Amino acid sequence: MADIIVGAIALGLLWGVFALGVHLTYRILDIADLTVEGTLTTGGAMAAVMLVNGVNPLLATFAAIGGGLVGGFITGVLHTKLKIPALLAGILTMTACYSINLRIMGKGNIPLPPAGSKKVRTIFTPLIDFFTKLADKHSTESSAWFWNIIKSSNFSALLVGLVFVIVVSIIMYWFFGTELGSAIRATGNNQKMVRAQGINTTVMIIICLMLSNALVSLSGALIAQYQAYADISMGIGAIVIGLASLIIGEVIVGTKTFKRNLIALPVGAVIYRIIIALVMKLGMEANDLKLFTAITVAICLSLPLIKNFFLKLFNKRRTTAPAGDNSDLNDDKEV
Amino acid sequence: MLKLTNIHKTFNPGTINEKKALNGLDLVLEEGDFVAVIGGNGAGKSTMMNAVAGVWPVDEGTIEIDGIDVTSKPEHKRAAYLGRVFQDPMMGTAANMNIEENLALALRRGQARTLAWGIREKERGQYRELLRTLDLGLENRLTTKVGLLSGGQRQALTLLMATLKHPKILLLDEHTAALDPKTAAKVLEISEKIINENHLTAMMVTHNMKDAIAHGNRLIMMNDGQIILDVRGEEKKNLTVEELLHRFTKISGGELANDRMLLNR
Ligand SMILES: Nc1ncnc2c1ncn2[C@@H]1O[C@H](COP(=O)(O)OP(=O)(O)O)[C@@H](O)[C@H]1O
Ligand SMILES: [Mg+2]
Repeated sequence: MADIIVGAIALGLLWGVFALGVHLTYRILDIADLTVEGTLTTGGAMAAVMLVNGVNPLLATFAAIGGGLVGGFITGVLHTKLKIPALLAGILTMTACYSINLRIMGKGNIPLPPAGSKKVRTIFTPLIDFFTKLADKHSTESSAWFWNIIKSSNFSALLVGLVFVIVVSIIMYWFFGTELGSAIRATGNNQKMVRAQGINTTVMIIICLMLSNALVSLSGALIAQYQAYADISMGIGAIVIGLASLIIGEVIVGTKTFKRNLIALPVGAVIYRIIIALVMKLGMEANDLKLFTAITVAICLSLPLIKNFFLKLFNKRRTTAPAGDNSDLNDDKEV
Repeated sequence: MLKLTNIHKTFNPGTINEKKALNGLDLVLEEGDFVAVIGGNGAGKSTMMNAVAGVWPVDEGTIEIDGIDVTSKPEHKRAAYLGRVFQDPMMGTAANMNIEENLALALRRGQARTLAWGIREKERGQYRELLRTLDLGLENRLTTKVGLLSGGQRQALTLLMATLKHPKILLLDEHTAALDPKTAAKVLEISEKIINENHLTAMMVTHNMKDAIAHGNRLIMMNDGQIILDVRGEEKKNLTVEELLHRFTKISGGELANDRMLLNR
């Protein structure tokens, strides 16, 4: 059971990178970008192919980001230059990615290590080796359960995931405080105003889509190494998982400040994975998982409405509005 | 400062919705001109403002700002010369960002956005000072999200943003029309103050004839995508609403009845 939980947290953190990417488009740009279902796989595919060919795991992981940058760029151009609605632009790139991903992989599935070979080094391998050595040295009969967790691949994946989530969050926090980052945030708010301030909204949208998909590919590369295979279908339903994580995180951690918002994403992704692990443990079939997730997201997306409904009910009973000042200038709008 | 020559703009050409919005419009603004623009609904006032701002390319004609031909420049490039306030108070600011972030975006109008930090500490003092001049208590609320402000507050903030970096031309398109009368009067007062203090060249569309007469050194009236009346100086000061209506009826052949302009005398 402990290993299942550690595994769920690890997977959640790796998907947390994905959720951070989805946040860039869904919350900051206010676009539901389906490109991610393609570029997640692209990231996994690129990393897997490179690993099988003996490329350094760290290098392979970072190189996979390139796939997302390209995918995001294409969707951005389709949307801004060719005026295709964002949702459709994403679907087009996602569909194109399917063929590209098959080309990259050469087949539908690449196991890591590949068939016939015993081992392939991943980004987690050095840590696993290190902890295994440590465990062998310190493990006693009574503490074996503990060291078994420590030396499990899940634990190493958890640490690596944590590092990536933290580093990516810090970079995002910095970036969206810069002039460029502020311009991108404003673009998601009000394009007309942004253009009036002399900012090229087309460029802002393309940059944001590229950054988002870069994170998604990075996440794909990490996930492929964690689950020990890249698969052509690993991106299917990813956007729904991303949204589930995002919404769960936002509800639980909140969105008061950008910092909170950033923390909310990986936390949401982890909680989502724990929920999934639990319902699987309770006997849900893997095939029903996507249905379960979709229903959860549908409910979560309607949460604000439900919350508002109850708030209104509550407020009506509690307060009588104070007699307002006459001028619109002095009163804050009701929120 | 602004020179519009023979501007034509037709929306939806070749369809049943075809609309000639600007019809060979000519206009020259001198530096320091503060022009009130009036005209019936659909006369082309907003279209003229959008043509200057470069929201879309015009079909014919040239647009010069301070001697620079900007006819083929895209909207975000022209923004370097222009300050704009829209009719809808929601359109001028980014709701999810706070007051100082909005001002910081405006302070960098016309500059490339870099990876430098978005707001420098010393800017905050400047923002506080400017907000204090609005007399709306916003100077102590730099980190309040703009979405929480009232329409009037947002419009006043937009005005600051539009003029923070001295624009060559300030475009105000019915920027008080969506506000209640008291707020509208206050925002108009702020506008006039900012324009006078900074010696800005400005165009202000209004549907209120009294306001049009009371503000600015020049008044133009539009009809059917053209300027049909252009008065300035003493002549403008002595105008009355009655006379304006009379002149309009004479020039345009009495199409004004029922127009919303009549309701605002
Ligand atoms: N983007 C647009 N697409 C189609 N028609 C437009 C557009 N903008 C303005 N028009 C039309 O052009 C005419 C002039 O509009 P406008 O300049 O907004 O008038 P106003 O003087 O009231 O500001 C109107 O008939 C309007 O319907
Ligand atoms: Mg108009």
